[in-house]
Amino acid sequence: MKQKLVIIGNGMAPGRALEKLFDTAPDQYDVTIFNAENRVNYDRIMLSPVLSGEKKFEDIIIHGDGWYIKNNVMLYKGHKVTNIDRVKKQVTSEHGEVADYDKLVIATGSNPFIIPVPGHKLAGVLSYRDLDDVTAMMLAAKARGSAVVIGGGLLGLEAAAGLKEQGMDVTVVHLMPTLMERQLDPAAGYMLEQELESRGIKVLCGANTKEIAGESKVEAVHLDDGTVIPASLVVMAVGIRPNNWLAQDAGLEVNRGIVVSDNMQTSDPDIFSLGECAEVGGVCYGLVAPLYQMANVLAANLTGDKDAKFVAQDTPTRLKVTGINLYSAGDFADGDDREEIVFRDASSGVYKRLVIKDDKIIGVVLYGEAADGPWFFEKLKTSEDISEIRDMLIFGQNAVLGGANVDPLAAVTALPDSAEICGCNGICKGDIVTAINEKGLTSLGEVRAHTKASASCGSCTGLVEQLMTLTLGNSFDANAIQSMCPCTDLGHSEVRRLIKAKDIKSIPQLMQELEWKTSCGCVKCRPALNYYLVADWPGEYVDDYQSRFINERVHANIQKDGTYSVIPRMWGGYTNSKELRAIADVVDKFNIPTVKCTGGQRIDMLGIKKQDLPAVWEDLGKAGFVSGHAYAKGLRTVKTCVGTDWCRMGTQDSTGLGIKLEKMMWGAWTPAKLKLAVSGCPRNCSEATCKDIGVICVDSGYDIHFAGAAGLDLKATVVLGHVDSEAETIIHIIALAQMYREQGHYLERIYKWADRVGIDEIKAQIMDNAEQRQTYYDAFIFAQTFAQVDPWDERVSGLDKHEFNPMAVLELEAAQ
Amino acid sequence: MSDSNTTSVMTENWVQIGTVNDIPLRGARHVHMGDKTIAIFRNADNKIFALEDKCPHGGCPISNGIVHDNSVTCPIHNWVISLETGEALGADEGQTLAFPVQMNGDKILLSLSLK
Ligand SMILES: Cc1cc2nc3c(=O)[nH]c(=O)nc-3n(C[C@H](O)[C@H](O)[C@H](O)COP(=O)(O)OP(=O)(O)OC[C@H]3O[C@@H](n4cnc5c(N)ncnc54)[C@H](O)[C@@H]3O)c2cc1C
Ligand code: SF4
Ligand code: SF4
Ligand code: FES
Repeated sequence: MKQKLVIIGNGMAPGRALEKLFDTAPDQYDVTIFNAENRVNYDRIMLSPVLSGEKKFEDIIIHGDGWYIKNNVMLYKGHKVTNIDRVKKQVTSEHGEVADYDKLVIATGSNPFIIPVPGHKLAGVLSYRDLDDVTAMMLAAKARGSAVVIGGGLLGLEAAAGLKEQGMDVTVVHLMPTLMERQLDPAAGYMLEQELESRGIKVLCGANTKEIAGESKVEAVHLDDGTVIPASLVVMAVGIRPNNWLAQDAGLEVNRGIVVSDNMQTSDPDIFSLGECAEVGGVCYGLVAPLYQMANVLAANLTGDKDAKFVAQDTPTRLKVTGINLYSAGDFADGDDREEIVFRDASSGVYKRLVIKDDKIIGVVLYGEAADGPWFFEKLKTSEDISEIRDMLIFGQNAVLGGANVDPLAAVTALPDSAEICGCNGICKGDIVTAINEKGLTSLGEVRAHTKASASCGSCTGLVEQLMTLTLGNSFDANAIQSMCPCTDLGHSEVRRLIKAKDIKSIPQLMQELEWKTSCGCVKCRPALNYYLVADWPGEYVDDYQSRFINERVHANIQKDGTYSVIPRMWGGYTNSKELRAIADVVDKFNIPTVKCTGGQRIDMLGIKKQDLPAVWEDLGKAGFVSGHAYAKGLRTVKTCVGTDWCRMGTQDSTGLGIKLEKMMWGAWTPAKLKLAVSGCPRNCSEATCKDIGVICVDSGYDIHFAGAAGLDLKATVVLGHVDSEAETIIHIIALAQMYREQGHYLERIYKWADRVGIDEIKAQIMDNAEQRQTYYDAFIFAQTFAQVDPWDERVSGLDKHEFNPMAVLELEAAQ
Repeated sequence: MSDSNTTSVMTENWVQIGTVNDIPLRGARHVHMGDKTIAIFRNADNKIFALEDKCPHGGCPISNGIVHDNSVTCPIHNWVISLETGEALGADEGQTLAFPVQMNGDKILLSLSLK
């Protein structure tokens, strides 16, 4: 019997602990998570780039919905736990959901602290903690206007910079005399203030908020000294409080945070806590590096390894505001027993200060130029005696290691194995190099997956790439793409390029010329190569059916019991009594157990035996049906609404356009499945804005959308552009499909391809370059002359009949 | 059903089930025997193999998979199965029944005793 593990809170700390747990003991626990936030686990520290517009929420998701499915985790989104019953070993959510536990983990993070000044409850007063806060800030910023950020620490300044990017007038109100006084000395704090002011952010230090004024919503902030700052938005970023009330109600030992031992156990041996809500060794932590260390300890403990212990460590600080380089670590207060080394370059805005005690670095503050941060931090952590190199020390690693060393790799080469590269995840140089060598890693993505280095705030990505170059030599190129499969070192793009460049027209020729490492490929490369050759040499290449997956080989969808499902095409979702009658007859004649409407507006017959397929198709063919390609990496459906035919809202003939598109595009193979939809007006009844390609008809013409997704990933489309006529719509869409056919990697949906090559590039080629558009269009139409052959009809006529019939039926006597 | 032989010639305990050309290169066919189905594979080197048509993982018919080198990949969850032994390769564990095969010219003889 698996044990039941229940987790309250789905933040970064428990997310990491689960990854570890599933790595080491995937089958030990049935996991249930309750999360007050109505979403999956995401990288909270990247909210600032989302606020500034540099990233989208999808970019910062750590575990998408698919991850929970894969690991069999029950995630209750939007369920706040309100009670822990330690006697019954049960937790209850506010919606009344109850879960039993054998082991419980409390990971409720912390709550932003709100200063209780008058007016702090007015509409327009926000904190900065989760995606809802960011969405609210971005919404408020749409009206431009003025914002006041109360608090000049890390969070407040990132919020201020983000709001400024969003076009607001921003003032930072900070109680202390200089900014970020906990991480910066006054000199660096002053330089930071200058930098922010020069970007148009007003900074008021030594300013105490007296009141937030306004009738029903925020109108102004009043300071103690009488200053009044008009504001339509106030963001409070003055600190956090560990979220410990649940534990307190349950009678667990609670101090500032939930008290845990150094292996994350609370005062109840079956209850654990980690993250910002936990207090270990009398300290609560608020940066991910120590939280991730807690996650490792917890995972070890849950799998029975009682030796893992949390050890307190210094964590360096960086500010994630583009263009501001700042690094600080350790202790940099003045003192009689301390010396300091300071370097200033006013012209280029550089300030560096090292605090030294007994010939050892105990504090580092770098402003303007922070690349040497990790090198200094390494010396700080290991208490290295620096008396020998003291003269040059402040000038950094290159200076110490030999003057004007121009080799950019010299710095990483010289780092010892124990040097920390990724601060967020506590990953050292040695860990990364070992992983690269032992696991044969060749891409940044792989290094992230295996070591976690650079997988959080990302500020160490450059260093990790340098390490890869160092370890792999010139074979590593930071921009290189992963190889297709273990049969080759080439990536998909490279293979596609070489097929064209070397005029490669068959799979054996390709494997010979591109030096495949296996005799005949594998299940990853063969279908990809077959697609590339089909797409690149229409009319010349002979399709290799043995390199297609079973569904495309027999033109039906295999089901988990080995039977098949058959979906005939219904153009634009339209049918009639004759077709329906034919389907009814087929269902009766072949005893088809299940008939269902699909999401693509057609009819699916499920549970057909393989040997019956040709006969089923023969009967369907007589009624005029052709294959719906519901099994294909190719054009699937074009969903339509009833448009001007019937709907009083319709602006254009959406049905007619959908059917035209489907008639022109059926039979085309594409890198991954391709689903279209056309809606007659922005009410969008055919859901065109989550399709691979969609059209929204409007009074003035047609808005063409693309790159949506509604599967494991959920993504709205982006607009390709607007055209005036139906004929132009068709040309643009077909050109787009052809560009994707020529460039997409096999199994790469159109939205992933668009992410890779860039929306702007696609717009430039399809919308702005008429000649290029026409070339794509012509290529597609030419290829269709070979592709538009109904595969069902071919098989009814006897093609590939070996696929459907047994080779022999042995008498049982003969078998004895 | 012209190309399926309903009666087969007995040679001691070997049964003739057809010829090499009945199976596509790098492809598979199947043979019914009572309620058992046996998958017959032909790899790129024209070698013939016979395994029970059941993936050791979920029981799916592996004759529907893609054949490469001396293995077949199950279409349902991508387990890779050795054509020689019926064993799952890589990290997966499991085995399906393998049957001996003999060639007589281009004729394929299947033995129904297990390997
Ligand atoms: C804007 C911003 C920028 C940051 N930048 C950095 C940085 O650059 N570097 C760095 O190291 N750190 C940074 N941090 C801090 C870092 O994000 C946090 O330390 C970390 O995310 C905390 O993780 P956690 O798992 O403890 O808690 P959280 O991630 O806060 O997760 C707690 C979750 O529990 C849920 N929850 C609470 N109560 C309940 C309940 N009763 N029932 C169910 N669910 C509940 C909450 O909704 C929340 O989703 C930043 C934080 C913010 C907000
Ligand atoms: S999308 Fe518009 S035109 Fe089409 S059915 Fe809906 S409301 Fe009518
Ligand atoms: S049909 Fe689709 S959604 Fe339903 S179980 Fe299968 S994969 Fe999942
Ligand atoms: S330092 Fe933040 S991801 Fe590596």
